[in-house]
Parts: sequence; structure tokens; C-alpha cells
Amino acid sequence: MCRSHYYVADYDIKKLTFMEIAISIITGLMIIGALYAIHAKDLLSAVIACGIVGYGLVICFLLLKAPDLAIVQIVVETITLIIMVAVVLDSSREEKYSKPDGQGVISIITSVLLIIVLFYFFKLSIETLDVFGSGSLRMAGPYIEGATEKTGSANLVTGVVFDFRGYDTMGEATVLVTAVMGVLTILRIKGKK
Amino acid sequence: MKGDKDLRKGYLQMKGMTVIVKKTTQLIAGMVFLYGIYVIVHGHLTPGGGFAGGVIMAGSFILLILAFGSDFMHLTKEESGTTMYENLSTLVVVFLAASGLLFGARIFFLNWIPKGTVGQLVSAGMLPLYNIFVGIEVASSILTIFLALVIFKEEISE
Amino acid sequence: MIVYLLCFVLFLVGLYGLITSRNLVKIAISMSIMEFSTFLFFALVGYIDGGVAPIVDPADPAKIYVDPLPQALVLTAIVIGLATTAMMMAIIIRLYRKYGTFDIREIKSLRG
Repeated sequence: MCRSHYYVADYDIKKLTFMEIAISIITGLMIIGALYAIHAKDLLSAVIACGIVGYGLVICFLLLKAPDLAIVQIVVETITLIIMVAVVLDSSREEKYSKPDGQGVISIITSVLLIIVLFYFFKLSIETLDVFGSGSLRMAGPYIEGATEKTGSANLVTGVVFDFRGYDTMGEATVLVTAVMGVLTILRIKGKK
Repeated sequence: MKGDKDLRKGYLQMKGMTVIVKKTTQLIAGMVFLYGIYVIVHGHLTPGGGFAGGVIMAGSFILLILAFGSDFMHLTKEESGTTMYENLSTLVVVFLAASGLLFGARIFFLNWIPKGTVGQLVSAGMLPLYNIFVGIEVASSILTIFLALVIFKEEISE
Repeated sequence: MIVYLLCFVLFLVGLYGLITSRNLVKIAISMSIMEFSTFLFFALVGYIDGGVAPIVDPADPAKIYVDPLPQALVLTAIVIGLATTAMMMAIIIRLYRKYGTFDIREIKSLRG
């Protein structure tokens, strides 16, 4: 399953595959949407620009041959947008934009420094990552071969989620219950006496 | 009674939408709910599974609530209906997982029901049962979160 | 490598928005953008050239499948991301109800 590993030094800029070009274009659109969401004057526009990032991610999942993720992401993104719009519509919708004063300049300089440091670490770690498209993960083979006989399911992702890694699913169920209890406690919603 | 009047004043009176939206939602919401059940039950054959089907089921309820306003389902301040389903489903998932300790190799999450042929509806051992209960749990969680954040935002002042 | 680089730039855009925003809703949006970039990175790592979606057809099994393990991890993470965003929204609702504004500088000066 995994081809021989070759590093970034052998990477040829002219041999871009179709998948890389398509995903690069959509990620570029997501970056533009994210930049607009941060600098928008109106809060409702910022929330809708967050939807650009979410729905662009759905197209990326479909291109990367992951249909389960696309179904979950599209419905979850819609529900998140509904909740955010319900919070924003209740209030005054504008953000008073002011010139960055002392504290604002400090935060911008901090973020630029942090970005430079993170970029350096990214450059260090990307040199040993495999080229996009060749199988990078070592456990891909053992999970795919014989999974159909071991779990008995035709959907490999469901077999991995509920059979090979069942603890993660149980942990996720617990986190959801905790989040619901947290939301109800923060908003202090009482039951009927 | 005094208690009822305080309860009535407490929650957000959200108006419903126009007649066209209400009629369309009445026709469609049932089909969306059925599609969610289909995605859950066929989780081991087609893309989908417990999580995808659960969020689709929650989506059908959210559609009904948004179209009909607060009068749908006589929404009161008490939301113990949805939290009861969610906690019961989590308990059943843990019990199903612990039932693997009684058979054979004593492993948690053991798939001890006999797996049939690949591709049939009744196959893959315990996976359809896990899918169903995780789907109910995810749907109830997301519905409770939505009700708490969008409908019941006000706090009772008593 | 360009896809990995663009995915990382999306993460950095979210981080920049998180540090320099003065509005509570924009802080929540920036955290959501950072989570999305992580999901994209996981899905990118698991892709294999020429592979099909990981659904086995028993009559005619394909040769190469896309790796199902990162997809299983992201499937759980998406739902947990929704729970996290909902909790942030709950805190924002409480803060707005008490102080009447979304701005963190004004809340800091009004506190007490």
C-alpha cells in the first residue's frame, strides 16, 4: 500500500496532480473567507463568512474520498450557523472599529512573532513528511487487510470507529453528555418545579 | 396557579413562519427523519453510520421547531424529555460494551454476536446495535443544545 | 506540499484572529476556523493516490482504499467541535446578558 518514501527535496513543482490543484484552489478560497470573517465590520457578515470555511471543507472532504465526513460536516455546520445567527441577531450588530492603541499594537506584534516561530517549526517538520498522495501512515495496511472478515462490515470507517477503536466512541459520547450538562448549567435553565 | 404563570412568562416567544413554509415543512420533516433512520440502520453497508444519522435526525426536529415557532410540541421550560433519551442511550452503549466481558476472551467491546455474510442487513455482529444507540444519543444531545441556546435563552426570575 | 502549506496558513489565520480580536463572537469564530484546519490536515494525510472511498463491495473488491483511520478520528472530532462551539456560545450569551456588550476591553473595565 505505501510506496517508497521520498522527501520534499525531490518534489517537482511541475508535476502537480489534479487533486492538488483543486484542493489548493478551495483552500485558497477558505483562507480569503477566513480573513474577511476576522476583519468584517458587521457581525452577521462575519458569521456568514465562517460558513464559507465550513462549506468549503465539505467540498474538500468529497474530493478526498471521505463521504462520511462530508455528511456530518454539512449538517453540523448548518446547526452551528443557526446557533451563531440566533446569538448575534439579538444584540447590536456592529463592532466599533478603532485604531489599534497600545494594547492592540502589542497583540499584533505578539501574533506576528508567534507566526514566525510556528512557521520555522513547520519548515522543520515538513521535510520529513511524505508527498501528498502516497500512504504516509504505517497502520493503513493492517487496518484495511482483513478488516472485512474481522468486523463483518462493508463500511471500513464504521468498523474502525465501533470495533477497532470503540473506546474513542465511548469517550465521545461522554464528552457530548458533559457538554450538554455544561450548557444547561451555564444558562441556568431550571426544570418545572 | 402562580407557578404556571411564571413558567409561561419565562421563555422566548418565537413566532413561526408563513403558511408556505409551514406546509412544506409538514410534508418534508417526516421524510428527513426517515432518511436519518435509514442512514443509521444501514451504517455498516453504506457511508453514514451512527453520527451522520444522528445529526440528520436532530436536523429534522430543528426544521420543525424553526418553522412553527415556540408553540410546537408545547415547549415548556422542562427539557427533561431529551436529556432522558440521551442519558439512557449512553448507559445502553456502556452496557453493550461491558457485555463483552461475559463471553470468551473477556475483552471490553468484544463483538460476540455471530457475524453473517458481508453485505446483508443483519450482519456485522454488534455494530448495528451500537449505531442505533449512538445515533439516538447524538440526536438528543444536539437537540438539547439547540433548545437551550436558541429557545430557552431567558432565565426565569423567580 | 502546497496543500499542506495552505492548510497551515488557514490555521495561522485563525490564530491571528484569536489573538487580535476585540469582539467575543470573532474569538469564537477564530477558534472554529482553527478546528476546521485541523480536520482538513487529518483528511489530507490519509489520502492515497488512486484510492477509492473505504466501502468494500463484496462482489468486486478494489485494489487500493483510502486510509480509514484518520477519517474515523475526524468523525468523532467534528461532533466534539460542535459541542465546544456551543459551550462558547453559552458563555457569550451570559456575558452579553450581564454586561450588555461584546467587547472584551469594555467588559474588563466594567467588571466588578
